[in-house]
Amino acid sequence: MDLHFTSARPTPEERAAVDEAAGDANGARTRRHLVLPVLHAVQDRIGWVSGGALNYVGERLGVAPADVYGVATFYASLSTTPRDARVVHVCDDIACMNAGEAELRAALETSGATVLRSPCLGLCDRAPAALVETAGATPSATAIAPATPALLSDTLTPTSIGGSDLRLLKRAGRIDPESLDAYRAHGGYLALQKAFELGPKGVIAEIVASNLLGRGGAAFPTGRKMEAVAGQSAQPHYLICNADESEPGTFKDRVLMEHDPFAIVEAMTIAAYAIGCEHAFVYVRGEYPLAAHRLENAIARARAAGLLGDDVMRRGMRLEIEVRRGAGAYICGEETALFNSIEGKRGEPRNKPPFPVESGVFGKPTQINNVETLANLPPILLEGGAAYACIGTPNSTGTRLFCLSGAIARPGVYEVAHGTTLRALIDLAGGARNGSAIAAILLGGAAGGFVTPDAMAMPLTFEDARAAGATLGSGVVMLFDERADMHAILRRIAEFFREESCGQCVPCRVGTVRQAEALERKEYSLLDDIGRVMRDASICGLGQTAANAIESARKNLPIW
Amino acid sequence: MVELTIDGLSVSVEDGATILDACERAQIETPTLCFLESLTPVNACRVCVVELEGSRVLVPACARRAEQGMKIQTDTPRVRHSRKMVLEFLASSVDLSTAPDAQRYCERYGADPRRYGTEAETVAQPVKIDNALYVRDYSKCILCYKCVEACGADAQNTFAIAVAGRGFNAHISTEYDVPLPDSACVYCGNCIGACPTGALMFSSEHELRERGEWNEAAQTQTDTICSYCGVGCTLTLHVQENSIVKVMSPVENGTTNGHLCVKGRFGYQYVQNRPADDVSSD
Repeated sequence: MDLHFTSARPTPEERAAVDEAAGDANGARTRRHLVLPVLHAVQDRIGWVSGGALNYVGERLGVAPADVYGVATFYASLSTTPRDARVVHVCDDIACMNAGEAELRAALETSGATVLRSPCLGLCDRAPAALVETAGATPSATAIAPATPALLSDTLTPTSIGGSDLRLLKRAGRIDPESLDAYRAHGGYLALQKAFELGPKGVIAEIVASNLLGRGGAAFPTGRKMEAVAGQSAQPHYLICNADESEPGTFKDRVLMEHDPFAIVEAMTIAAYAIGCEHAFVYVRGEYPLAAHRLENAIARARAAGLLGDDVMRRGMRLEIEVRRGAGAYICGEETALFNSIEGKRGEPRNKPPFPVESGVFGKPTQINNVETLANLPPILLEGGAAYACIGTPNSTGTRLFCLSGAIARPGVYEVAHGTTLRALIDLAGGARNGSAIAAILLGGAAGGFVTPDAMAMPLTFEDARAAGATLGSGVVMLFDERADMHAILRRIAEFFREESCGQCVPCRVGTVRQAEALERKEYSLLDDIGRVMRDASICGLGQTAANAIESARKNLPIW
Repeated sequence: MVELTIDGLSVSVEDGATILDACERAQIETPTLCFLESLTPVNACRVCVVELEGSRVLVPACARRAEQGMKIQTDTPRVRHSRKMVLEFLASSVDLSTAPDAQRYCERYGADPRRYGTEAETVAQPVKIDNALYVRDYSKCILCYKCVEACGADAQNTFAIAVAGRGFNAHISTEYDVPLPDSACVYCGNCIGACPTGALMFSSEHELRERGEWNEAAQTQTDTICSYCGVGCTLTLHVQENSIVKVMSPVENGTTNGHLCVKGRFGYQYVQNRPADDVSSD
C-alpha cells in the first residue's frame, strides 16, 4: 500500500512510545489490529496524540493516517488536541450529579486543574467519582471516590523538587524511575565504572578528599567511616543503607528512593566495593511502600543486567542487596537499633562502644549511612573529591537536601549548596504561604529545634547551625505562621517521643512521659530537670534529643 | 592492667574490667539496679552513670570497659542530677516498697517523686498469682531485664519471658501474657533470685507479707548443700519461726552463680513435714 503522510514528525518521546508498543512487524505489511494499543501508548506517555505521533503510528503499522485519525477521534479517552499531562475526569452522570459533582468541578477548576466531564465511571456507590490520569514515563490512573477537593489535591499536587544546584536531584522527576535504560541514559553507572578504575583505596581517598559528612543527623565524616570498616580484619563486612526515614518533617530520602532508586543502588555498589562487602542491606521505613517497591525493582533490574550478583560489571565483584522493611518504629533509624531489627530482635539501641565500624550488624564490621549520604558518592567520584569539596563551605561541603513544609508556598524537597542562607532557601520555595507572617521555624526535625525569623540570615552549614544552637539534623525546615498553636505543636512533639521511646532505659522511658505530663499540666519548671537527665543519661540519640525542640521553644519562642 | 583516674585517685584494674570494677577497687560506692555480677550488663537503669572526660554524655559504669588514661568523676552535679532523676522517675512510676537498695539510693540522692504530682502515670496493676510457687507483681517492676536474662541465655535457657510492648508500656511477659503454667516456665526461680525490687517473690513471702507477718529481723539464713543431686549447689535457707520461707543461693558461689533448679529452689517441703500431732510409737 502506498501511504501518504503530511510533514509532521514525531518527537523522540512519541517515537519511543510507539516503537515500544508496536514492536517488530516481522514482515507483516499492515498491522491494523495494533492501532488502539499503540494510540493508547502515545496517549499514556504524552497525554495527547499529535499529528507527528499519528503519522508515525500509521507508518509503523502500515495504516493510512486518515484511518488512524478516524480511530483516534472515535474514542473519548484519546485526545487529538494538546492536553495537560494530568487531567481529572469528573463524573457528571446521573448518580454523581446529585452528589455534588458540580461543586467538586468548580473547586477543581478554581485550583487550576484540568477538569474533563466524564460519563458514568462505575463508581456510583461512592459518588461523586473522579479519575485522575497522569501521562508520562510511568503513567498512572487513580480512581477517587467519594472525591473531595482535598483528596484530589493530594493526587494532583506532586512533591515539588527544586533547588539552585541540582546534583542529587538532577534525575528526580525527570526520568522513569523504573527504567535502568533511562538511568544509564542520564549518567547512571558511570561512577561505578570510575570506581573500578580507582580501586577500593582510590574510592575511599576521593571520599575522604570530598570531606563528605553524614546527612543522617550526626555529621560523621563518611570517608573516615569507610576507612575504618575497610581496615577491619574481621569478616564479613556489611553495608547498610539507612532508609528508615522517620524524623517528623523529613521526606527527602523518600523522594530520592521513589524518583531515583538506581542511584541508591549504584551508590551502595560503590560503597560495598570500597569496603569489601558482598551482602548489603537497605532498611526502608515500613510506611514507604512505593520507595521499597522502586528499590526492589531497581535491584532486580540491576541484577538482571549484571550490575549486581556474582560478577558485577564482569569485574569479579560480588554483591547482593537485600531490602528490609521496617514495621513502624522511629527508633529503628538509630543505627544500633536498626542492627537489632535486622537481626530479628526488638529494635532497642545498643550501648556504644563498640562502634558499628568494629561490631555492627551480626557483630561484624558495618558501614551504615543515610540514603542522602550515599547518594553523594556517585557525584563525588564523577567530579573528584577535591572538586566536590569546593562546593559549599570548607567545613560543610557539597549540597544538601532540605524538606520544606508547613506554611510555605511550595512545599517540597530543595537542593542547595551548603552556605545558602535560610532566607534564600525559603525564597526558593516561594516564601511563606499566602504571604503570612512566620512565627517559628522548626529546623532539623522533632529532634532539632525551633528558631524565629531572626535566624533567616543564617547560612545553612553544620558550623553555623551549631554556633546558633540549632542543627540541620535531617534537613527539616518546617514553617509555622502566626495562626499555629505552638503549645499544641510542642505537646504533639512530646507525645511523639513518648510513643516512640523503645522503653529500654529509664531516663527516656519515664522521662518522655514526665515531659509530656509537665507540658500538659503547664509545670514548665520541671522541664529543665527532665531534659537534662534525658540528654545526659539516655542510651541513644532518641532520649538524648527528646527535649531539644521543647527546650529551644522555651528559649526562643515568645509564647510563655 | 589499665590505669585510670577516678575522682582524682589513680586506680589500676585488669584488662577487661569495667569502670564499676574500678570504682569498687577505689572503694567508691556506685548505685546499681539492673546490674548483677552473674548476668550480662544491659545498662538500662542508668543509675550508675559517671562523667567521663571527653564524652558528650554520661557513661554507664557497669558496662563501660575501663580504658588506659580514662578520667572519671563520680560525684559531679551532672552525675548527681542524673542519678537523682533516674531514681525519681522510678519512684514516681513504680512501687519500690520492697526494694531496699532503691530506697537507700533515693535517700542518698534526695529523690523526690512527689514533684510529679498525683496524676503521674505509673505501672500499677494487679498482682499475677497463677501458680503455687511464686507471684509476679509488675507494679514493682523497674524493667531491669535481669529476670529475662536469667530465664534466657545467661542462665536457664528456658526463654519463658521477654520484654514486650514499647516505651512506657514495655513490660515483662510470656507470649500473649499466658499464665506461667501454660508457658515454658520450669520454676527454677532464677528470676526471683535476680529481681532487685521484689516484683518476683516466693508465694510464701508474699502470703506472709499480705498477712503482715513477714519479719526479716526475726529470720535466720543458713547455708547448706542441696540434697537432690550430685552437683552440690549451695542453698541459703531463709527461715522464720522454724519454717523455710525462701531459698536463695549466693551469687558469688562458684557452682551456682546464684542460680538453682526447681528442686533446690522450691522442693524443701520434705524438710519440714511435721505431723499435725506428735504421734509417739511406743
